[in-house]
Amino acid sequence: MQAFTQLNGLVVPLDRSNVDTDAIIPKQFLKSIKRSGFGPNAFDEWRYLDHGEPGMDNSKRKINPDFVLNQARYQGGSVLLARENFGCGSSREHAPWALEDYGFRAIIAPSFADIFFNNCFKNGMLPIVLSADDVDALFKETQSAEGYKLNIDLSTQTISTPSGKTYKFEVDAFRKHCLLNGLDDIGLTMQHQDAIKAFETKHRAAQPWLFN
Amino acid sequence: MSAKTLYDKLFDSHVVTEENGTALIYIDRHLVHEVTSPQAFEGLRLAGRKPWRKDSIVATADHNTPTNGWEKGLDGIADPISRIQIETLDSNIKEFGAKAYFPFMDKGQGIVHVMGPEQGATLPGMTVVCGDSHTSTHGAFGALAHGIGTSEVEHVMATQCLVQKKSKSMLVRVDGKLGNSVTAKDVALAIIGKIGTAGGTGYAVEFGGSVIRALSMEGRMTLCNMAIEAGARAGMVAVDDATINYVKGRPYAPKADQWDAAVAYWRTLVSDDGAEFDATVVLNGDDIQPQVTWGTSPEMVVGIDGKVPDPASESDATKKCSMERALQYMGLKANTPMSEISIDKVFIGSCTNSRIEDLRAAASVAKGKKIAGNVKLALVVPGSGLVKAQAEAEGLDKVFKEAGFEWREPGCSMCLAMNADRLESGERCASTSNRNFEGRQGLGGRTHLVSPEMAAAAAIAGHFVDVRSFN
Ligand code: SF4
Repeated sequence: MQAFTQLNGLVVPLDRSNVDTDAIIPKQFLKSIKRSGFGPNAFDEWRYLDHGEPGMDNSKRKINPDFVLNQARYQGGSVLLARENFGCGSSREHAPWALEDYGFRAIIAPSFADIFFNNCFKNGMLPIVLSADDVDALFKETQSAEGYKLNIDLSTQTISTPSGKTYKFEVDAFRKHCLLNGLDDIGLTMQHQDAIKAFETKHRAAQPWLFN
Repeated sequence: MSAKTLYDKLFDSHVVTEENGTALIYIDRHLVHEVTSPQAFEGLRLAGRKPWRKDSIVATADHNTPTNGWEKGLDGIADPISRIQIETLDSNIKEFGAKAYFPFMDKGQGIVHVMGPEQGATLPGMTVVCGDSHTSTHGAFGALAHGIGTSEVEHVMATQCLVQKKSKSMLVRVDGKLGNSVTAKDVALAIIGKIGTAGGTGYAVEFGGSVIRALSMEGRMTLCNMAIEAGARAGMVAVDDATINYVKGRPYAPKADQWDAAVAYWRTLVSDDGAEFDATVVLNGDDIQPQVTWGTSPEMVVGIDGKVPDPASESDATKKCSMERALQYMGLKANTPMSEISIDKVFIGSCTNSRIEDLRAAASVAKGKKIAGNVKLALVVPGSGLVKAQAEAEGLDKVFKEAGFEWREPGCSMCLAMNADRLESGERCASTSNRNFEGRQGLGGRTHLVSPEMAAAAAIAGHFVDVRSFN
């Protein structure tokens, strides 16, 4: 997994609440058996005017000029600013894969759906929860200043704005550690092999029917 | 010892290690389907890893499988990419092993959340995971069931554990008694309407109260299934006689020599008297009407005697804006009575409402009637091969076919429209599934979530109608 330490990134404001994983990556792209290449189809139904299918040449499709990702000023964005309950709906990890493949490394919102939030960390992306008021203020600043960038520092858990304002954010200590060091969960869990085996023996004795 | 909630008992009894509030919890059952597993198996292969305990894995193909044309076998899968995904699951299971596998067209094939319980692969007291958000369904058995992402699928395969932080606990209590033709689906939608789609975020929810105790296991599964639509990490119902009677005799349930010990343990899987929840929500079952969603989120829901709400009366600007967007997408005008909204298609199926009881209920409404002329397609898709066989043994297929419904092979079908069953742009559907998001049932499709009875009644009437006064 790629590590996340610091990011100075252009902010893309996606001003909708309850953005679901079906919107982030529509189901037809879930037929892929790979975990890369989803970026061109992130937000497919909003981003293009025609219906997208896997295998299409996306560069030839008609884009929706009104959608924020298609606006010239937001090209190259790596920080997604969103509204509440971002990433609700299905557990598809294709959603963070698509966002990461597109180039996003951090997402800021007042709240996230649980599974999506979890999935972000597994893919080197940092989801950040700020209060609805703070998010609102960031929306206003992003929309009023072209080229608006935020500086995100995971080690100090801070976001700083161009005008020098800083926001503190919370992050679970274990997840922070993994993200800062780019650690793979499986490797870490394997360090507890003996504990897992011991637990399994005890569990089998107590509930043998689980092991039939 | 202090009083514990059901969630405390399930979580605490599976903790392998815990550090600073982050625990490794042991997973008893891993349900696998074709969409969220290929990258996980690939990860194992690349790292040279094997499943920690292949006997915990129970797999089936459901999301991509076609619901007709089975006589052509794999060649009946029109989309080559879907076919590759289904074949990839076959080869992965062959390579890595599983306790049970119900491949495409097997008589046990079905939607993973229908198949697990009916096989007895889901048992009380278990931790259950699946790379699918509706894994919350299995909580109906007094199990701790989480939907997980593909990285976690790989993690569970490799280590038999999941990294988890304990959630806060919420009790949703539904008191009183449900009226006639008011179902678990209506209860689920009413709860989501009350607390919102993010109302359960960060919580593990236990459903309790007299209404829940009176629900069948099918009904409890419908309710727990929708817990994820309220944002909850897990939904669950305490074990009682209904749970134990349902499990008894199922293929993977404990056999005679272990049965009594299992039941004795399962009986403890209830919240202790005096156990404290971080939040409690109370509804009165007598007040719940048959529900219909009007928008593009399950929380956008009203009773059948209600109207499409008016954004003008919403003071919160963000909410108002999402209501306006929803009405525009749904092609609806504010203040339209729900019963005046006509429909183009009907879908009875999905892991929410495709079990035998759901099909019986829908058939009892459709019996001896015909679908309305404006309904272009009314699909009934049983949740599994076993549900299908049972329904056919009871003659339900005939009831549906005589009324003009199509009777299909099992799978997810038009719940998410990954196969050929879908809405065309602008089509309006009465659906027993769980998500009415934009494009969920097909690009531009408009989904209204309802119970099986309400879907069948809408099919006959051609528009939404109160099933209680429909005959
Ligand atoms: S029926 Fe629908 S919600 Fe259920 S598992 Fe299949 S696609 Fe998901």
